[in-house]
Amino acid sequence: MGVIRTIAGRELQSYFATPLAYVFIVIFLALTGLFTFYLGGFYERGQADLSPFFNFHPWLYLFLVPAIAMRLWAEERKSGSVELLMTLPVTLWQAVVAKFLAAWLFIAVALVLTFPIWITVNYLGDPDNGVIVAAYIGSLLMADGFLAIGSCISAANRNQVVAFIITVVICFVFMLAGFPLVLDLFSAWLPGALLDAVASLSFLTHFTAISKGVLDVRDVLYFLLVIGVWLVATTIVLDLRKAD
Amino acid sequence: MIRADGLVKTFGSRTAVDGISFAVAPGEVLGFLGPNGAGKTTTMRMLAGFVPPTAGRAEICGHDIGEAPVAAKQKLGYLPEGAPSYGEMTPGDFLAFIGRIRGLSGANLSRRLADVTGRLQLGDVLHQPIETLSKGFRRRVGLAQAILHDPPVLILDEPTDGLDPNQKHEVRELIQAMAPGKVIVISTHILEEVDAVCTRAIIIANGRIVADEQPATLIHRSRFHGAVTVRLTRSADLPAVAADLAALAGVRTVETDPHEFAVTAFPREGERLLTTVSSLATERRWPVEDLRLEAGRLDEVFRAITTGPAPAGGA
Repeated sequence: MGVIRTIAGRELQSYFATPLAYVFIVIFLALTGLFTFYLGGFYERGQADLSPFFNFHPWLYLFLVPAIAMRLWAEERKSGSVELLMTLPVTLWQAVVAKFLAAWLFIAVALVLTFPIWITVNYLGDPDNGVIVAAYIGSLLMADGFLAIGSCISAANRNQVVAFIITVVICFVFMLAGFPLVLDLFSAWLPGALLDAVASLSFLTHFTAISKGVLDVRDVLYFLLVIGVWLVATTIVLDLRKAD
Repeated sequence: MIRADGLVKTFGSRTAVDGISFAVAPGEVLGFLGPNGAGKTTTMRMLAGFVPPTAGRAEICGHDIGEAPVAAKQKLGYLPEGAPSYGEMTPGDFLAFIGRIRGLSGANLSRRLADVTGRLQLGDVLHQPIETLSKGFRRRVGLAQAILHDPPVLILDEPTDGLDPNQKHEVRELIQAMAPGKVIVISTHILEEVDAVCTRAIIIANGRIVADEQPATLIHRSRFHGAVTVRLTRSADLPAVAADLAALAGVRTVETDPHEFAVTAFPREGERLLTTVSSLATERRWPVEDLRLEAGRLDEVFRAITTGPAPAGGA
């Protein structure tokens, strides 16, 4: 665990050594606020809950999480530091998990910094704080799912911009897998059972379920599985392409 | 101890390394030489466990790099080509990070950090981001990183590239000071370096070992080895001198260099020319500016071996 902590610590430090961390946090907080109050109609709804706040998280993550994830491996490969890291007494999965954890922790910090909205809603009314906690957990899990996808795409590309764009597209497909926009792509040639399988991969469906306050094991498991699968894929991709 | 056993690496249809085997014992400083693209870096990457070989295996201190990579890498200090590091970090933070990954901590870590920053004279730049440092400093940070845990095996890919002559000299002294008891492999394309620090030289060309000898023996392969060069003043009659030298019994052939105003006499097998040439010069009253016995020219051996029609020797 010591090695993972050391790598994750270094990684997290590097976020704050550049403007990246500050830009991300400021934009994330500004946009969540903007969306909640203007597009979500936080006041106008007259309800003491945070659904106008959480409803926009998937859309924010769609662009902000790939921006964090794109540099995870692409930068190391481009600068050559991946050769240094991979010749230290570290296993591949330790490095993959450590970098993922650093990005995860960073997004968690950004999410925690939205606490004023939670204070606000408690000040204005009497919300169900259980639902809010569940929604926060669901939001973080969904961000991690995007992050794991981004980690794998970043490992496959030396170019960060390419990694970003591909990640956004894949995240978009995963997010809306249960909706006609994506399903129609598959319905023509996939049998019904597989079509249901594709539909069940939808981030949005699972997130919406959690954010309503139903912390179902299956929804949580789904996100954990997505994270696990994409991190394993990251390891495989890195093993194949690290020296290219 | 490093052992490479039939290492092969192919990239698509191109064979970068084509069956390289050697073993290096403690106390040896092995110089890895070869033209650019000969497979030096790929071989070192396979030894360090960064690139998996297509065939063959490598061992660091008895640990197979493919089967027990972490155990092998613990015994290894490695400077990758170009000395990559994390540019936004300061050398102090960077070296502390490497130290912690290497399992150093507390007083032990501070002691090792003080030792390497002293040896590589990084004291003045410890708190400056690495990306703002000169190439020479960055290379030294990379070297510091490689020797931080005092490993028994060091693999250094072009350790003196980008350094000025003084820094080169210091790094060579550093390598020589560390050499006893350690296995050191360096790659370089600077031939004087091999002569200066290596106890053994391996030349590779097109992915194969074409020579594996002590630098001194390698120099003996030079056609200049044992030749005598006479440099004359401009007033001398160069063709006459050349003819006189060619007439000597021990001389196989002569070459004149009109730019340098010099004549080089090459000896027949087993002949020594210096005394005969110098007495002839005195006897004929040649206006000699310089008379020297050639030790051999490494660059010429290098060229002959790496561009020659058939690979000589092997391992």
